Parts: sequence; C-alpha cells; structure tokens
Amino acid sequence: MKKDDYMDLDFSDIEAHFPLDRREFIKLFGGGIIILVSLRDAEALPQQRRRVRPELPKDFNAFLRIGEDGRVSCFTGKVELGQGIITSLAQMLADELEVSLGSVDMVMGDTDLCPWDMGTFGSMTTRFFGPPLREAAAKARAVLIELAAEYLKVPLNKLKAKDGVIFDITQPKNQVTYAQLTKGKKIVKKLDRKVSLKAASEFTIVNKSVSRTDAQEKVTGKAMFTGDIRQPGMLYARILRSPAHGAKIKSVDTSAAEKIKDVRVVKDGDLIAVLHKHPDEAGKALAKVKAQYDLPEAKVDDKTIFDHLLNVAPEGEAVVQGGNLQTGEKLSAHIVEETYLNSYVAHATTETHTALVKIEGNKATVWASTQTPFRAKDEVAQVLGFPSKNVRVIPPFVGGGFGGKSNNKQVVQAARLAKLAGKPVQVAWSRAEEFFHDTFRPAAVVKIKSGVKDSGKIFLWDYIVYFAGERGSQQFYDIPHHRTVSTGGGWRGTPGSHPFGTGAWRAPANNTNTFARESQIDIMASKAGIDPLEFRLKNLKDKRMLGVLTAAAKKFGWTKSKAANGRGYGISLGIDTGTYVALMAEVEVDKKGAVQVKHVVCAQDMGLSINPEGAKMQVEGCITMGLGYALTEEIHFKGGEIFDLNFDTYEIPRFSWLPKIETVLIDAKDSPPQGGGEPAIICMGAVVANAIYDAVGARLLQLPMTPERIRAAMKPK
Amino acid sequence: MRETINFKLNDKPTRLTVDGERTLLWVLRSELSLTGTKFGCGEGYCGACTVLVNKEAVRSCQFPVKDVKGKEVITIEGLAKNGNLHPLQKAFIKHDALQCGFCTPGMILNAYSVLLKNPQPSHKDILENMDENLCRCGAHTRIVQAIKTAAKEMK
Repeated sequence: MKKDDYMDLDFSDIEAHFPLDRREFIKLFGGGIIILVSLRDAEALPQQRRRVRPELPKDFNAFLRIGEDGRVSCFTGKVELGQGIITSLAQMLADELEVSLGSVDMVMGDTDLCPWDMGTFGSMTTRFFGPPLREAAAKARAVLIELAAEYLKVPLNKLKAKDGVIFDITQPKNQVTYAQLTKGKKIVKKLDRKVSLKAASEFTIVNKSVSRTDAQEKVTGKAMFTGDIRQPGMLYARILRSPAHGAKIKSVDTSAAEKIKDVRVVKDGDLIAVLHKHPDEAGKALAKVKAQYDLPEAKVDDKTIFDHLLNVAPEGEAVVQGGNLQTGEKLSAHIVEETYLNSYVAHATTETHTALVKIEGNKATVWASTQTPFRAKDEVAQVLGFPSKNVRVIPPFVGGGFGGKSNNKQVVQAARLAKLAGKPVQVAWSRAEEFFHDTFRPAAVVKIKSGVKDSGKIFLWDYIVYFAGERGSQQFYDIPHHRTVSTGGGWRGTPGSHPFGTGAWRAPANNTNTFARESQIDIMASKAGIDPLEFRLKNLKDKRMLGVLTAAAKKFGWTKSKAANGRGYGISLGIDTGTYVALMAEVEVDKKGAVQVKHVVCAQDMGLSINPEGAKMQVEGCITMGLGYALTEEIHFKGGEIFDLNFDTYEIPRFSWLPKIETVLIDAKDSPPQGGGEPAIICMGAVVANAIYDAVGARLLQLPMTPERIRAAMKPK
Repeated sequence: MRETINFKLNDKPTRLTVDGERTLLWVLRSELSLTGTKFGCGEGYCGACTVLVNKEAVRSCQFPVKDVKGKEVITIEGLAKNGNLHPLQKAFIKHDALQCGFCTPGMILNAYSVLLKNPQPSHKDILENMDENLCRCGAHTRIVQAIKTAAKEMK
C-alpha cells in the first residue's frame, strides 16, 4: 500500500475478528435464515483488496437475516452520519431480495452485533460494501426459492419472488411467504460464490428516488444521538483544556470547584475533569478550576505557516510522470508559474464529539459519535486493559462526520473517567474543545509550472503538492510532458510540520489539488486568449470528463467568451472516488470584495446511483459546505493556540449565502456505483476563484477568498 | 437558587423545582428527558437548541429556566398533535430537508416561529429569518423548499 493512499489506514494495533464464534452467533440470533457476506470473496473488489491489510478478517464482513416474522435485518459495521446509507443500503438489499423497503431494518456499527468494519469514510460504503450486500441478498433469495420449491412442490424454474412472497408463475395463488419459510429454520449460509445480480433494467427499488428512512425519527426529536443516551447513575464530565497545543501544566487548583455540591474532581496525569449529574453544573464547576501552564514558544502562525511548511517539506515522490519536462517547456509559448495556498479548516460538525462509557466488572459498553466504532472498541480495550471482546461500542445516529469523527479521543477520555469515577461517564465536547481537538484539514501549498501554445494546447505540467496529500493530484488533461509530485506525508503531515493535529477532511487532499489545478488551467486559458470551456475541451480526451463538462455547460447555458469580462462565470473539473464532476458557477463581487455565489451547476457521473435524490442531496451538501472553505473558513492560530473557538469568528455557510443549485446526474446505471458524498466539494475552491476572476479580473491564489484578499487582488498592479 | 417554576410544556402544565439560573436547554435535556433539543455551540450562535417560548424562537442554551414561569414552551417533541405530524415535519420529510438530523429540531422550531409571524414568507424572508440557524451538512436548499411547502399547507 502506498503511504499516502487515501484510506490512510492506521490500525496497527487492531484486533480484527468477529466477537462470537459461529455457534454462539447462531444461538444469539435464533431462528431464521442468515446469509454471511464477505467482501474478500467478491471478485469485483480489487481496490478494496489493495487497501486492506492482510491481517484483516477473512471470514465475513456483514450479514443479513430473514427473521421468522419475515422482517429482514442487515447488520453492517458502517455508520449513518447523515450521508444516507441507512436508506441506500436497504434499497440495494430490498431490491435483490424482493422485499419492500419498509421490511428492512438496518443495524449499524454495533460492534457486538455487526461484523468488523474499518470505518465509514472515503465514500466506500456504496462502492465496496454495496456489491457484496446485493450478492448476499440475491443468495438469500435463491435459498428461499429452494425452500419454497420443497414447500410448494413446484420446480425451481417455475417460481418467482416478489414483495416477500414466492409464487408459482403458472398458478400464482400457490404461494408462500418468506416468514412462513423461515419459521423454525436455522440456516446459516456463507456467500462463497458470485451469484448473478439484477441488471439495471430489472431494478424496482434501486436507482429510484426514495425518502430517507430516518427522516421521521429526525423530525420528531426521537432520533437518538450519543448525547441523548441515559444510563442510571451516569455523570457528565467537563475536561480541563490547555490553552495551547504543546502546553504543559505547572499547577492546578481545584479547591473552589470541589466546594460545589455534588461535584467530583478527577485527576489522572494530564486528564483533569469535573463530574456532576448535570452537564451544565459540571461546566460551571470547571470554570472555577485554576491552572497554570508552561507555554511552548510559538514558532508559526496562520501567516507564516506556508513558508514553514516549504522549509520542512521532505523530498517528494513522483506520483506520476511522462514525456520530458524540458521538451514541454521548449514547446510552450507561455509559461505560467504559480503558488497556491490553503489554510487549516475545521470539520465543525453540528454535533460535537460525544461518548458515554459504562463499565461493569471487566466489561465496558460505549456509546459514541464515531466513524470508526471498531477502532474505538480497541482503543477503549487498550486504555482499560480489557480484552477487546469485552468492549462493545454502539454508535447511535452521528451528527456529521466529514472525516473528523474517525478519531476517538473523546471515547478514550470517557473510558478513563468512567474507570476513575466508578460510574458511567459522558463526555460531550464543548464547541471550544471541538475546535481545539479537531484534526484540521492541513494547511498546504501547491506549486505549478505549466506551459501552453498559442493554439491552446498544453505541453507542460510540472506539479508539486506539499502537505495536502496526493488524492486528486493527478491531472486528467491530455498533456504530453508532465510530472506530479507529492510531499509532506499526506494529510497527517510529517513530525514537526503542523502545530496541532491534522487529518482527513471531506475529500481529503482533493480540495487543495483541484483548487490549484483548475485555477492554473484558467490562467493558461487567459494567456492563450481562449474561453475557459473551449480551452478545456481542446485539452481533454477522457470521455467521461467530456461527458460531465458538456452536460454542465448545457444546463448552465455557458456562452463562449474570454475570461475577465465582468460576467462572473467559472468552471472547475475533478475526479474523486471514481466519480467525475464538472461544476459551473456564477458570482457577483462587490467593491468591498464580498462574493455572492448566485448559481452553481454540477454534472456528476457516479456510475449507478442507488438513490438519485439522495445523491443530489450529497451534491447540494458538497456545494453548500464547499462555499465555506472557498470564502471564509480558516483557522487563525499562533503556535499551538487556536483563536477560532466558536461560530462567531469561524464562519460556516448560512442560508443567505445560498446559490441556486442544479444537479445533473449522468445516466450511467449500467456502470458500478462510485463515490457520492465527496466529489462535488472538490471543485468549490476553483469554480468560485475562476468566477471571481471572470467578474473582476482578480486572481485569487489563496483559500479562503476573503474580502480582504479579494480587495488586495483587485488592486491594479 | 432553587425555586419552583410553573409553566406549560408542550401543552402540559409542568411544575419544576430547580435552580432558576440553569439554562432551559439543560433542564429540558437532563430534568425533563426531552433530548430532541440539541446542544450545538453553547453560545447562541448555531440554533440547534432553538425552542419556542410563547411562540417566539429562543436559544435555550442562553435562556434561564426561571424566565419560562407562567409561559408556554414548545419543543420538537410537542409539535406533532395526536400522532399527526406538523406540516413542517411532513414537509421536511417530503423534501429530504435533513441529513445528519442534528440541527433539524432547531431548524423546524425556528421555521415555525417564522411562519407564525409571517404565514406567507417570501424566499428572501425565509433566508433572512433562518440565517442564524446553522447546518453543516448543507441541507439548506431543501429546508427552504420545505418551509415554502409547509407555509402553503398551513394557509
């Protein structure tokens, strides 16, 4: 595995096994028909196989069970974060099994009930888990038809399943329900061969828009998030936060807090917390804790970070190269050399990191807002000194992830405190803790030297990305002489590079890379005096990319014109998690440098879309969220001290920012499904930057494009 | 200071003895087991904790519980009547106006207060009056559509 593979696996101490042996497992689930799904058996998973370490489970990754009541349960280690897989996975299952969507229950992420899963990230659920889940459902249907043949005394080829009923096609009244067939049965089958799946033309539930199955719970307040779970005797913790990353505590005075009724103060090394049966009372007590710190010398801030990163960058590695750069330079009439910057940005999920840990004897139960429940299980086991099998993690609904909830720091804190307190303890980070402990999207630098002829043909592309990661760095234009280099150890950085934690942020690395690449393409189009759409069409050969670009242009109503003519149109293209996207935007820029994005069109080729309306929701989410890193989102800091600790200074997108959003999904239902939760966001930096240039002739090379930076770029040079 | 507070909560007379300086958010969540009202930022910036007090949207994380004395409080749990969802709840489902769902209760209650004051808001009215409620997943366009649909329904 390449070190900067976008999975960014770091499960070195993972104990990967299903908690129960097969016999116990059958006992636990009682009767019915159980089909085990193994990702590793499916032939269509070369990418997954490449990314998964050999020690990961060889047995099975999920299963579905048809109960004696005819209801179907799907047990998966994946987690619902808002992306909608609770609905789309059920659609895939229901369609192949021939049951109604309403008869499917999703059991997600519970580490005792669900088989091991590495985590919910990288837009992998539908791509890699979808196909074997469909195969399992098809297998279950085949098993049921075999049972029905026996039961109805009808040959297999005369039977058909529909809506949970199997009937004789020659005599439809001769029928039996799945519930009748499963009664008293204990059948466990492993999916050990590929079964034939429905063709796209046979779908009745897949590729049809359905409402989110979690909507009813979520609009009534019944949906349970981790912070909503209650356990008898539980205490709420508020934890002392240091003023800066790297600060060392010198002294602490908890006497005032300890005087408050029912408050318990707990100290364990660097972990100092106050506990109370009410979270707000714990918060008030924490405010009375006085601590002195030694602060490390601040070496970088949000302005000097880019020079620092360039100074500490290790030797890069070529991701891809071809032709000869010197030849490319000689063939080019215009050489463009630019440096692109982007700041640290926060995940800022609406639900802060939360966990509740209950310890009974040598067993622990954990409720947590996490994208990686199985990783949390091992982390808790390690910190408590319990065998991994004695820890159960249950992720209720998670209030947004975007990569930020792959880290389970709050879970470990809650486990330590529950052990010290001898009672169940909930940790729910304050907003300031959320901004402080977050693993930000890294600040990064991209340098590009490229060359173009007056004809508009690009001949040279020399690209180096520092500290973002290589995902999305490979350009897809038809350029004969090119090199792409990535350095800085991916989004986690190298030791000493970032003053605080960094990590994966929705479409990691690709936001940075696409901003740089698509801005550079536009600059070259301007040098050659060619309309940015025409310029791209001249330099592209990839059919899927041409398909999304022309679809977007049609929907948007793009008309040819050289850039910077005051109209405010922009284009950006990109590829992420197998999906091709083309975005076009229209903006208005006022004299103060304030930008209003008026209209965004996204054309997306994502292969088969399971729930087209769900896919559009993800595109709209990407576009709306992406306005933030394009225009305002930026962490201000000095050394390890973070200055943005709430939404007053850290501005995320609001209703008044909303552009008109239109999404075109390319009809590609015969192609395998690709990513949906991340692709469209990668284009937001460049599509807005290019539109700003078109509107006012100001070229923005740094994200976010704040009014101050836009005003500076607007000044005549 | 502990005091007895009488108020109407989701149509039910409610009597509570608590420290009146505690915020409505945490009293709802911890004393009354109404967890539909969410903690998002704790400083009144995000709107996840929005509830109605005498039909006005308030940030319950900033609202001392003593100030609900004699008043009427509506939380997300009190919006459906006799098992029938409120038109806003139905419209949020119809338009898929949510993703993770964490901001949803606050969004719906803020939208309710908007519609109570202005039953037929323009697109611009909706944007302006919803602007202080934050959604990180980006369900905004659909929330606007849902409010428009509910406004028609409630006419």
